[in-house]
Amino acid sequence: MTSLTGTALFILFPLLDAVKRSFFTAMGGRFTGLRAYAEVFANKAFQLAAANTARFTLVCIPLLFVVSLGLALAVFAAADKAEIVKTGLLIPMAIPAASMIAVWRLLFADSGIINGITGAATDWFAAPYAFPVLVGTYLWKNLGYNLLLWLAGLYGIPAARFEAAMIDGANGFQRLLFITLPSLRPQIFTIAALSLVNSFKVFREAYLLGGNYPDDNIYLLQHLWSHWFASLDIDLLCAAAAVLAIALFAAIGVLRVTLREAT
Amino acid sequence: MKTKIISTLLGLICVPVILPLTLLVLGSMTGAEEWRGILAADVIRPILLPTYPTLAPLVEILMDTPEFFHMFWNSCRIAFPAVAGQILVGAPAAWALSRMRFAGRGAVESLYITLMLLPFQVTMVSGYLMLDRLALIDTHWAVILPGIFSPFAVFLMTRGFAGISEELIEAARIDGAGAVRIFISVGLPLGLPGVLSAAVLGFLEHWSMIEQPMTFLKSPGLWPISLFTPIFTAESAGPGFAAALLIAAPPLLLFLYGQHDLERGIAAAGLKE
Repeated sequence: MTSLTGTALFILFPLLDAVKRSFFTAMGGRFTGLRAYAEVFANKAFQLAAANTARFTLVCIPLLFVVSLGLALAVFAAADKAEIVKTGLLIPMAIPAASMIAVWRLLFADSGIINGITGAATDWFAAPYAFPVLVGTYLWKNLGYNLLLWLAGLYGIPAARFEAAMIDGANGFQRLLFITLPSLRPQIFTIAALSLVNSFKVFREAYLLGGNYPDDNIYLLQHLWSHWFASLDIDLLCAAAAVLAIALFAAIGVLRVTLREAT
Repeated sequence: MKTKIISTLLGLICVPVILPLTLLVLGSMTGAEEWRGILAADVIRPILLPTYPTLAPLVEILMDTPEFFHMFWNSCRIAFPAVAGQILVGAPAAWALSRMRFAGRGAVESLYITLMLLPFQVTMVSGYLMLDRLALIDTHWAVILPGIFSPFAVFLMTRGFAGISEELIEAARIDGAGAVRIFISVGLPLGLPGVLSAAVLGFLEHWSMIEQPMTFLKSPGLWPISLFTPIFTAESAGPGFAAALLIAAPPLLLFLYGQHDLERGIAAAGLKE
């Protein structure tokens, strides 16, 4: 109960408060209805940041999904020999963003190692590379975590099911398609939700690499909110926050319903 | 044969993952003299191998950079109470969520999951105003208190507890154990992987936190180590890398130490929906 009260106090209440604030002027608290929302949607910076954030989420999460699932299947097939892989892939998550920035600079700077190898003078923190670099950072960080989640599902499949299929003459691909993948369905919701949580955390890397005004391609909602916070555009900030919260609730709801109907 | 190919491929995949860590170590062993050579050349050498490995950058950070220590200590003062609080407050809640059947339990669990998804910025303004009213802005409590009530920790522990078989609890109940006793003697030991992985991940979260301290802590004297950003010049590159290595050390050690439980805890999180 303490926990629920605390969570309510520090997260739920601020959320509702933010929604309330989005209907009033920042100073003086005059009721303005949906004006802040109209202003937010018309705002060029918001359109850019929202598009980037959406693009990032829509690229990263499916990518991470597929790559980590493939890896998990490989680790599962390699059985015990792959223990080291699990540890190795989990390590990036333990390295704080502040530490990684030094390495990222060394690798991707104008006179960095990668440019040193390729001999080109690519600016990795500007278009068109800034976005893939950020996506790569996200994958690098979260691969191990998702791998473990998939593996948990794989190990949970009764071996008898595979054996029965093999006796029935199913080949490896058929076993994957008709036994492995359907059995993993319960994992999907959790993995999607956790991937989404972590996708918002790339702001740290984006911020540490690009500062307050990074390349247009990686200008995320969080950058915009920081600016509005600094300039005290509280009503805009709250309206945009409410929009995101609604989008997230909707996404989770849709995911829940589709997965439930599928099972 | 087939497994051999797979093992090799998996080994190859580990390379880009481990490489940055290696660079971190190598960079912190490269002296200022050599950095000047590296950075002066138009292009950094493809492989950063110090010709004269030195511990000078580490020594410089450890001996001559008091603000590094100060920030390191600030991080400890934020991360440890926050994690302790997460467990103390979150574990009973997680236990109740996973074990007790009460009206609206499903709704509460969904609420935790949804709140877990919200990025910090969504609640930033209202959180700030509330902490301000409590006169906590510009104290470490502004970062610790909201951190204690992390829905993610509760989520992780709930999943950890959910795996405990109902028969065991029934047996304890028949033996006359009360609700609290069951929680402490059956729930906690068996749900330990979940609790420990919540602790490790909670520590990591608070150790690398950037937005919260930046927003809630005005005086740089209170800033944690995650806001330590060295400038990248020949003089400071070595110490910068040394600092980066030292910042990564506590979470890395914790990860390796608690790796087994962490893996089981994360796995448990994926098991039940």
